[in-house]
Amino acid sequence: MSKGLLGKKIGMTSIFGDDGAHYPCTVVEVEPNVVTQIRTEEKDGYTAVQLAIGDKKEKRTSKAMRGHFETSGTSPKRFIREFEMSENELSAGDTVSIEDVFEEGEIIDVSGTSKGKGFQGVVKRHGFRGVGDATHGQHNRQRHPGSIGAGSSPSRVFKGMRMGGRMGTDRVTVKNLTILRIMSEQNAVLIGGAIPGPKNGLVELRKKK
Amino acid sequence: MATDLMNLIEASQTHDNLPEFDSGDTVNVHVRVVEGDKERIQQYQGVVIAFKGSGARRTFMVRKVSNGVGVERVFPLYSPKLAKIEVIRHGSVRRAKLYYLRDRRGKAARIKERRR
Repeated sequence: MSKGLLGKKIGMTSIFGDDGAHYPCTVVEVEPNVVTQIRTEEKDGYTAVQLAIGDKKEKRTSKAMRGHFETSGTSPKRFIREFEMSENELSAGDTVSIEDVFEEGEIIDVSGTSKGKGFQGVVKRHGFRGVGDATHGQHNRQRHPGSIGAGSSPSRVFKGMRMGGRMGTDRVTVKNLTILRIMSEQNAVLIGGAIPGPKNGLVELRKKK
Repeated sequence: MATDLMNLIEASQTHDNLPEFDSGDTVNVHVRVVEGDKERIQQYQGVVIAFKGSGARRTFMVRKVSNGVGVERVFPLYSPKLAKIEVIRHGSVRRAKLYYLRDRRGKAARIKERRR
């Protein structure tokens, strides 16, 4: 069985647990994932299952991908990802739903693409503390990076120097989250805590390694 | 679809088995307290000074003065830990958040009773 699934982040809310405590949670919609290909040791050198979700218009699909979906006997899908697999009892065209893979209370890892923050300075982007005081004649230095290196030797700025720039839209993995509840009828799962990405963003749920 | 799902989850966490009460009302909140493996009810009486949040996350804040020390507790409105909420007295107030009560002591902190 697949060791992970694809889902769509819906939003955050909170639920009361059996102990009466209030748990913040993220709602993830996991419509049954379609198996589009099986990677095998003989053919590909490793074992994995390729899963896909989200319908896509045929005319928006390249010919190559159309052929790929045709081979697996499914309609074109928007998102495709590979997951590790234990015991090969799946074949292309099968669907995998939440309760096939996960159970309530299980600890999982969740990956997604974080929200884009645009061009940000070093304080927000790298956690710098700014320079100097707010008063004593000091001005416009509160969120600055300070020195970016020595002068005539080396007379250049080292590569990888942390500066302002585009922040966000990175792949982020949050580990050790608990599955609080599985709602099979709604194809939804409630995960304790926050997960990366915007609402309606693609997330990968994986069994803890 | 997405909002339907959120509404469904929120609805599953709320219930309408609550008395009607508002800011300014005096309430007696019966809280379930677990000590070891025993459960008992603890009562907490005071004036509701604020409601916050919406849906399943709605909370209310109860203020009382205990041995001359102001105490404020925030309860999730739909918490299963609340065994009962008793409305002792309806108060007549002109705002939703009664934070001004924090600066008042004794007679000045009184709230007029609302007659219906």
